[in-house]
Amino acid sequence: MPLLEVESLAVNYGPIKAVLNVGLTVESGEIVTVLGANGAGKSTSLQAIVGLLPIQQGRVRFDGHDITGESTERIVRRGLTLTPEGRRIFAPLTVEENLRIGAATQGKGGDIAALWDQMMELFPILASRRKQLAGTLSGGEQQQLAIARSLMSKPKLLLLDEPSLGLAPIVVELIFDLIKRLRGLGITILVVEQNVHQALDIADRGYVVSGGSVVLSGTAAELKTSPDVQKAYMGHG
Amino acid sequence: MAEMEILIQQCVNALSLGGTYALLALGLAVVFSVLGMINFAHGEILTIAGYTVFFAIVGNVPPILIVPLALLVAMATAALMERIAFRPLRGANGTTLLITSFAVSGILQMLFQNLISTRPRPVPISASLTGAFNVGPFHIGVIQSLSIFATFAMVGLLTLFLKRTMLGIAIRAAAVDFPTTRLMGLRANRVILAAFAISGLLAGVSGLLWIAQRGSVDPLMGFLPVLKAFIAAILGGIGNLTGAVIGGFFLGAIEIGLQAVLPESVQPFRDAIALSLVVLVLLYRPQGLFGAAHSVRP
Repeated sequence: MPLLEVESLAVNYGPIKAVLNVGLTVESGEIVTVLGANGAGKSTSLQAIVGLLPIQQGRVRFDGHDITGESTERIVRRGLTLTPEGRRIFAPLTVEENLRIGAATQGKGGDIAALWDQMMELFPILASRRKQLAGTLSGGEQQQLAIARSLMSKPKLLLLDEPSLGLAPIVVELIFDLIKRLRGLGITILVVEQNVHQALDIADRGYVVSGGSVVLSGTAAELKTSPDVQKAYMGHG
Repeated sequence: MAEMEILIQQCVNALSLGGTYALLALGLAVVFSVLGMINFAHGEILTIAGYTVFFAIVGNVPPILIVPLALLVAMATAALMERIAFRPLRGANGTTLLITSFAVSGILQMLFQNLISTRPRPVPISASLTGAFNVGPFHIGVIQSLSIFATFAMVGLLTLFLKRTMLGIAIRAAAVDFPTTRLMGLRANRVILAAFAISGLLAGVSGLLWIAQRGSVDPLMGFLPVLKAFIAAILGGIGNLTGAVIGGFFLGAIEIGLQAVLPESVQPFRDAIALSLVVLVLLYRPQGLFGAAHSVRP
């Protein structure tokens, strides 16, 4: 059984029918990417999956449960979370407070200290910025903080919405490396990207969304050589 | 020496009045920062705290329990307002919530008038509170000192709560970006309820200070202080907690300052002049002294 199963999802974004028919699955341990132009409905789909936008039609199943229509906080507590587009770190809070609130689901157990150590190892830059206000970090550091904050809830499946957006090429490299390392930690990843080359380099499979619907899917290798993908997103052809 | 004494006296008065405004403004700001709404029924929480004291005295509740009881009732009232009136409107725009808060305020005032009395009820204040003590050559009022102390104590406690506890950090996070706070797995309802309970506690404390100065409680007594607190919150920068406190003290200082310097014949225009000064400040700093909070709301 797939870890995440999204079935003919339809979502409105305000008055706009932003998502008409999105279906996808993510198996445990996979890195899956969702590609598509701006406004194709990728972000809207992710927000609906985690319950931040109401679902008009379709079903979402996660880890054996139907989570369609559940509240975001409940879904996050089940082990599914989203690192939103634009990072959305809490700028007036310190790095430490951002991470602490990320662990809000963890209760009072001793696990938080271990999680903390793990984050400092994965994101050494955050260790040296601990008491700094998150808003004063660079874009790349903020993205790392946003991912670390999501990881503090110990997700089974992490949705990443455009993690490389607006970052310098060298930082983009670092973020993609990090995503690969997360898989090694047993975290399954669904990543929405406009950075098609790099996304397909790290992903096992991918979906192409256009006009609110999935128009193409396949393994990363298939998508890389697909004439449609090349024409639309890679500037070839 | 006499001038010096008057000056000190006026400073104490300004700090004490400003402190009461500051606590009320802080309560308004905590809720605004999370929900983007001004709760105009905030003043009725203050009134309820006052009636609690009145009935507790009538009912011979041991004096030591009266203050905690009043504060508890104030917190519960704020929490109930959220649960009954505002939660069903979650996600509605600020105007809808604002109008709803006016309705809640009106309903409560009507209930006080019909179920209790339209006339003021006396709240006998113990003589130990109405007196004054000497610091060197200066007479300092007990209630004034108590107000100042209570203001700083509450601001201190609130700061500790907001910085040290998960719920406090969550309230600050929710003030920046509510949807992302939910992505942390924090229950939206709990965060909002906590914000209301805190605003209730702050209104309760200011209510106690308010009736300690007036010695009576009446159905409409909450309106004026909450209006002043609203002005203080706007002055400081709406939704900005530090701004609310400074705005409260600022307004208190303006009012007491005018009272001290204006000639007798101009005194009736004191509020008009005070508000004109506020307008002047806002003309130059439309975002308030400390800038309004920008945030993503539920």
